[in-house]
Amino acid sequence: MAKRILTVDDSKTMRDMVAFTLKKAGYEVGEAEDGKAALTVLAGAKFDLIITDLNMPNMDGISLIKNVRAAAQHRAVPILILTTESDSTKKADGKAAGATGWLVKPFSPEKLLELVQRVCP
Amino acid sequence: MSSEAEGYPLAQFRKTYFEECAELLDALQSNLDLLSNGSGDGETMHAIFRSVHSIKGGAGAFSLGALVAFSHVFESLLDAMREHKIAVAPEVMQLLLRASDALADIVSAARNEQPLAADFAADIVAAMEEVLLGAADPSTADTQPKPVAPGVDLSGERRYRISFTPHSEMLQKANEPLLLIRQLRKLGGLVAVVDSSRVPALDAIEPEAAYLSWVFELDTGVPQSAIHEVFEFVEDDCDLKIEDISSRAIVVPAAGAPNPVAAVAEKSPDAPVAALTPTQSIRVDVDKVDRLVNLVGELVITQAMLTEQGTLLPVDHYPALIQGIEALAQGARELQESVMAIRAQPVKSVFARMPRIVRDLAATLGKEVRIVTAGEMTEIDKTVIEQLSDPLTHMIRNALDHGIEGPDARIAAGKPRQGTIHLSAAQRSGRIVIEVSDDGRGLNREKVLAKAQDRGLVAAGATLSDEEIDNLIFLPAFSTADVVSNISGRGVGMDVVKRNVQSLGGRITVQSRFGAGSRFTLSLPLTLAVVDGMVVSIGKETFIIPLTAIIESLRPQAADIHPVVGRGEVLALRGEYLPLTHLHKCFAIEGAITDPCRGIVIIVESESAGRVGVIVDELLGQQQVVVKSLEANYDPVDGISGATILGNGRVALILDIARLREIDGRTDAEWRADRHPKIPHTAVNVREETPHAA
Amino acid sequence: MQPDHPPIAVSQGQGNLDRPAAGENTQQFITFTLGAEEYGIDIMVVREIKGWTDTTMIPNAPAHVRGVINLRGVIVPIFDLRARFGAGLTVPTSMHVVIIVAAGTRTVGLLVDTVSDIISVDPKSIRPVPEMGLPTEDQFLEGLVAMENRMVTLVSLAGLFGKSAELAKRNFTSDLTKAA
Repeated sequence: MAKRILTVDDSKTMRDMVAFTLKKAGYEVGEAEDGKAALTVLAGAKFDLIITDLNMPNMDGISLIKNVRAAAQHRAVPILILTTESDSTKKADGKAAGATGWLVKPFSPEKLLELVQRVCP
Repeated sequence: MSSEAEGYPLAQFRKTYFEECAELLDALQSNLDLLSNGSGDGETMHAIFRSVHSIKGGAGAFSLGALVAFSHVFESLLDAMREHKIAVAPEVMQLLLRASDALADIVSAARNEQPLAADFAADIVAAMEEVLLGAADPSTADTQPKPVAPGVDLSGERRYRISFTPHSEMLQKANEPLLLIRQLRKLGGLVAVVDSSRVPALDAIEPEAAYLSWVFELDTGVPQSAIHEVFEFVEDDCDLKIEDISSRAIVVPAAGAPNPVAAVAEKSPDAPVAALTPTQSIRVDVDKVDRLVNLVGELVITQAMLTEQGTLLPVDHYPALIQGIEALAQGARELQESVMAIRAQPVKSVFARMPRIVRDLAATLGKEVRIVTAGEMTEIDKTVIEQLSDPLTHMIRNALDHGIEGPDARIAAGKPRQGTIHLSAAQRSGRIVIEVSDDGRGLNREKVLAKAQDRGLVAAGATLSDEEIDNLIFLPAFSTADVVSNISGRGVGMDVVKRNVQSLGGRITVQSRFGAGSRFTLSLPLTLAVVDGMVVSIGKETFIIPLTAIIESLRPQAADIHPVVGRGEVLALRGEYLPLTHLHKCFAIEGAITDPCRGIVIIVESESAGRVGVIVDELLGQQQVVVKSLEANYDPVDGISGATILGNGRVALILDIARLREIDGRTDAEWRADRHPKIPHTAVNVREETPHAA
Repeated sequence: MQPDHPPIAVSQGQGNLDRPAAGENTQQFITFTLGAEEYGIDIMVVREIKGWTDTTMIPNAPAHVRGVINLRGVIVPIFDLRARFGAGLTVPTSMHVVIIVAAGTRTVGLLVDTVSDIISVDPKSIRPVPEMGLPTEDQFLEGLVAMENRMVTLVSLAGLFGKSAELAKRNFTSDLTKAA
């Protein structure tokens, strides 16, 4: 059974690229354009991994992580955050909020897959 | 992602990226405008940051160096601003506006793969860095990305002892020890010993607490940094110690055989992957919309045909059928309106480009000008919007170049230092009206008239009303600047603007007060594809007159018709004299009614010809018609704006009311004279002869 | 809407024995008549053949422009070839034929008397038209070919619509075109 990954990012380009890479590797991929939308999606289906950007309108990545970790359904789901190298405080915030790991932008498809494999094989 | 992985459709993503950039830049512009007006809120700054952040993110993925570099500095500045480390002072605001302009340029260059000068926007970057430096707080300075430590480069394998005790926080973050162990295993020979001594009795176990710890011994050739990397996500949430024990013997703790706890629960969801959350808009290919428009148009024609056939049936024999046809007609009409509305878009997309043009040009000219827009959400057919850009741009450049005076001149004239351009759009009686006005110097009528006379466009000694003089500027090859200004663009005159507007089925006029300013008014049809029409007959021929042009129709009395020497007739109507046009003469149609009192006179209005009475044989009814192109397979015909297919399958031509003057063959002077004819007073027709504006 | 004209009447030819079979380096033409004269037009440009239907007149058009018709939702102009050749106006009846052709990007109709045949012609056997001293744009005759017992004059679309082709290049209201 294929693992299901939710990619959350307000940039369609980013979502497209992540989805493409993951689907090609055999994962099923869902999309959401911000934290709020992601929560709606998560309420309706099960996912094995969440990959989220931090800067998004309506609800940002940090809040999303907190919400996910607070609710029962996806509490134990690995969450990877997408950060830029200069985002060190954000990364710390992400970790504090409950992120499993992080991926630095820009990233190569190979790196993405490697990290996904690490936390969600 | 910057990889050439096989089959990776980089080109497709690139396209999406630049489309997204366009939207992001739009949003950036809007929000910056809000911020500079003082009408933004806390969220505005964040939105501005996000726009630049997203552009930068994608730029990295596509290796767009210049874009990454610029947006990085821009983003840093915005980040500092949204954290209130830098205030939104006017100079900073200006800098932001300049930066967003530059960003748009860099995106554009990247999109078109055009090289940029190495120092492009270097001054802006420097200015931004300076602002950042001023606000720099050493304690929050961005840390450099950790360089990948080459690690201790030891040849051959080493043995490491790794003691690892996860805290419960680690598990709460969905980091699985098992997965980490697997990672370690990949690095070399691994012996893992678990210490489960802290695991309590089953009924006391808290599922989210961490009770286990491990000691690993790993024989590996990879550097120690690689081992650290395995634990990079969990470093803060565990006790981790990595020692190089290559020189020591293996120590096996007494706690027994390794007993890793499998913590991974297999989840097997059966539900399909969640659908995309509902978005508020979807992107659709323009081709699909056009096809839809065509199909609906065909439907309307077929429905009209059915309606017509329905009228041929014996009355009351098929009530249900007739009702059905009427319901169909209603539905088709609504469907058509809805489909037309799809193609309609707010003019905002065109208006949004203007502030930048004003900024750039004002700076170049050394003038202070602001632009105020209104009615940006007014909707107009997509294709019309695209073609609006040129004429609007040109008018605004004109206003800046010729209209608005320099700051000193303005103050001397008692005006505020800063000039204002107003750009507005509104729907008015079935048309879109766009106004471009400025509070500049207005048209110098003497100069305009003199120039026109100079060029033989107006006969010497002719008297023209103020408005007529103003509208002379639309004549070809007319320019009041002695040297065609380079700024307004290669000598493109108002006549080109007028032609642009007319080709959209629109009209343009100007009003001006010398010393106070000018106002240009564009009137455009809501959509070019459908017209509400009055079906009329002239002889054997059927024509359509657009309903929006019709004021009224009547059958005149003989007493109201007055012949004007050499030119036909005028109709006296409530104090006005309207020239009458015999279309059968213009179109050489035989067998038509020539006496207006035996036919119908339709009073139509157009900006070029004013009010005119058109003589037709009969009114055949009203109908919504789908405009079909005559020019697709033939040539443009003067006086005809298109064709349509009637319910009976036959083609009917749609009259171009605005061209009435030309096809009638009368000259301007003659038309004017017709409106104010020298009519001898009779006992019945005693009237004041007050000249009206045309 | 009037029904389409029945398919073209193929006249009894003299048999195809002497003519090169289609496809062997040949060009095919549809032949039609105007009075006693027979003409041919390249089959590749012919889209459809239909019977004459009443047209809607176009104001102030040249005499050979008979007007426009509705061809399944598209407005198509009909040209009177006889008039175009300067031999007077046709008096059309339902027996007359309109050949719908693709002239560049345009679809137009040609009013002729009858359509007779499809002929296959070896391009080498096409003889040039004798000099008539007309300006190039009026050279609407492409060549002559001898058939069994008659001469067929081959017509060139480019020559017929040379001027129109120029005008077609001008850019007018694109939306009207889209709405068509």
